[in-house]
Amino acid sequence: MYMFKYVVKRVLLMIVTLFIILSMCFIFVKLLPNIPTQQFGKDMALIAARREQLGYNKPLIEQYGIFITRTLLGGNWGVSETLYTGQDVMDKFIEKLPPTMMINLYSMFISVPLGILFGIYAALKKNKWQDHFISTAVMILVSVPSYVYAFLVQYILCFRLGWFPMLMDAGTNYFSWSMFKSMLPAVFSLAFGTIAGLTRFTRAELTEVLTSDYLLLARTKGLTKAQTTVRHALRNAMVPIFPMILGEFIGIISGSLIIESIFGVPGVGALYVNSINRLDYNFFMLLSAFYTAIGLVSGIVIDLSYGFIDPRIRMGSAK
Amino acid sequence: MENKYTDMKIPADKFRFVADDNNLHDKRLETKPIGFFKDVMIRFCKNRSSVIATVIIFVLVVYAIITPLCFENKYTLSLTDTTYLNYTKLRPKSTLFAWAGWDGCINKTINASTYNYVRAIGEETGCKPIVKEYRSNYEDPSSTVDATYYDVKIDSYYQNGMIYMTLTEEQYKDIQTWQDENGIQIIYPAVDTSSFTVASYKSDANYWYKINNKGVPVMDKNGNYQSLYLQRKTDDYTSVMRIEGDPGLDDPNATDRYRYATKTGDSSAVSYKVRVFTYNYFIYRYGFEPSFLFGTNSSGQDIFTRLASGARFSFILAIAVSVVNLFIGAVIGSCMGYYGGWVDMTIDRLCDILGGVPFMVVATLFQLHFANKVGPVGSLLFAFVLTGWIGMAQRVRMQFYRFKGQEYILAARTLGARDSRLMFKHIFPNSLGTIITGSVLTIPGVIFSESSLTYLGIVNLESSTMTSVGTMLANGRGFLTTDPYIIFFPALFISLLEISFNLFGNGLRDAFNPSLRGVDD
Repeated sequence: MYMFKYVVKRVLLMIVTLFIILSMCFIFVKLLPNIPTQQFGKDMALIAARREQLGYNKPLIEQYGIFITRTLLGGNWGVSETLYTGQDVMDKFIEKLPPTMMINLYSMFISVPLGILFGIYAALKKNKWQDHFISTAVMILVSVPSYVYAFLVQYILCFRLGWFPMLMDAGTNYFSWSMFKSMLPAVFSLAFGTIAGLTRFTRAELTEVLTSDYLLLARTKGLTKAQTTVRHALRNAMVPIFPMILGEFIGIISGSLIIESIFGVPGVGALYVNSINRLDYNFFMLLSAFYTAIGLVSGIVIDLSYGFIDPRIRMGSAK
Repeated sequence: MENKYTDMKIPADKFRFVADDNNLHDKRLETKPIGFFKDVMIRFCKNRSSVIATVIIFVLVVYAIITPLCFENKYTLSLTDTTYLNYTKLRPKSTLFAWAGWDGCINKTINASTYNYVRAIGEETGCKPIVKEYRSNYEDPSSTVDATYYDVKIDSYYQNGMIYMTLTEEQYKDIQTWQDENGIQIIYPAVDTSSFTVASYKSDANYWYKINNKGVPVMDKNGNYQSLYLQRKTDDYTSVMRIEGDPGLDDPNATDRYRYATKTGDSSAVSYKVRVFTYNYFIYRYGFEPSFLFGTNSSGQDIFTRLASGARFSFILAIAVSVVNLFIGAVIGSCMGYYGGWVDMTIDRLCDILGGVPFMVVATLFQLHFANKVGPVGSLLFAFVLTGWIGMAQRVRMQFYRFKGQEYILAARTLGARDSRLMFKHIFPNSLGTIITGSVLTIPGVIFSESSLTYLGIVNLESSTMTSVGTMLANGRGFLTTDPYIIFFPALFISLLEISFNLFGNGLRDAFNPSLRGVDD
């Protein structure tokens, strides 16, 4: 019951925060000069009429009211004005979601097991050359920006060795082999950093647990090293690791703008960058809301998951 | 037995002061006292990787500061001058490391017509672009085209060859004087292009020889190029620098003297259209032989100096952001931590809201709103500061919570210290270590975000004198397969910078707070 109350409180707070942020975004966007209808081509009068009907020419406060009732409550984010003229923003956005999510999902599938494995190995070999080697590699991999990997992958794997196409295939046939193959360079580029981050985190957590008293007790009771590591140490170390993975899993929906741009992924990131360059405010509003919501939700999920994994942890408790 | 000593009766006059004649002193300290920062310094220096990282950062900073000061010459500072457009994609060249392949050359497989085209430049000027032939005149069995190929090493500096330039009389004379003084020929004889059928051949100054309709040279019976130089007309060419086969001015009656310029316009405004050898023209123009350490990019700008100016911008922005964040964060964090209660609550909610806005969105909105008013740099700085102080404030607040309940604070308060004195004199110095570490560790993040934003083109800082690493990467992206060096140096720079700043920051954190050693983030 206590947990339920806490969850409700957090969710309500999140909704309020999201509402305030969106209101700020709305006002900022509305203060920008409106694109004159001439830019849209032939049917200027039609666009002007539609804008008039949608309330573009009303005072800001009234427009804000319309924004709340129609967009936030009604879920109608409007139509695209410059990027995909006349198409529904929400539909287009949902259409662009799968490639982004798939690339990030694949990269998680690669990086989570590898990251945890390397982390365990480094922790078990603490202060030996294996550990030093992994730690150094992790330090370098974590620091180097992801786009540098993207360039390296693109140059070496795609161009020099010719294993993969330079850019991701177009089309919506996401489960075909050639599409999967064309996604891999982007997947690898994303995976490097995540593997390194997870390795570092797992190693840090596990070394702490491995030196604890109860592990010594388990060993003195006669458990083998493998048993103590997997059953006792790793489980306890997972308490902070798992929320981190969970957070990343939610975060992957938002994708990586720069990797998507390098490999020509027709995803959300490209949509966002294009909407800014072409000043398509409706897309911009929707995507801002999306990115904000992802950030807020993953924050909550991370906090709550601590409590679910380890019931001894009571989030938000006064004691 | 027990009372042996206590029962002893010692007369009072037997007692003597231990140090009657001189004052009592503590023993003088043999070593120098070690303060907090000295201690930190010692710990930091023990960490080898951090010291190396510090050295690398120092080198990069020196590069960013020194290069624009020392190596900026007329070439790189070409604001209105567009001469640089003729020197595109010159390969990295270093006289010191030429043996390691850093010699401005490309290894290439070219077909026969390209081979002849490039070879002709060397035939005419004596500066041979083809440095080495690995494999000559072979047929590619996999090719469907009937052509022969050459594997060659080409000097990219000579490869540009000739261009047509239109000069004023003054410029024309000046070049001739310079030619005579230095013995380097810039202007080459004009070519009779009337036999060329394709328009692009006519405008290409590298065709000085007879070609067929496909651009393939028509050789004479000895296998030499047949020149198409124009002859005998007034070209006001008085220089002694003439190519082989030209009788020159020595023989005033010579009729087969080559013509070096096409004179147009009347006497009031004469202009000369000349064929200019780009390599030698560069020497004339800038006073040194073209040699670019990092090469030139696709529009002919020197990557070495441009990267330095991008780096300088990154450094200045990152340091400015971290200093401003430090101030704002420290003040707000102190207030939150010290007063607690509703102040803490309110600002915490504000942090929640501000922290919830993705940085990308903030940067974009600021860019759209303020880029016209305060420029892209100002709006970028604002965007970084708007959400950047939160982390710092949180850190300072934690420290305040730790220390504000301690006895020494109570003592100071009892003695009548004011709030501000307690905050900034007694508690704040305790959080100095965290603050310094925090602000150093924000620098790589800022540089990364800035380069991402400029790469994506959301923020555009590109101008003739300024650039950013992200823009350089974005511009080099299109030439990743053909000219990877354009993207290599900026990418290497930013990777080195990120690695060393992270190492440096981690070393600093371990030094300030040894209990955190090995705990990352």
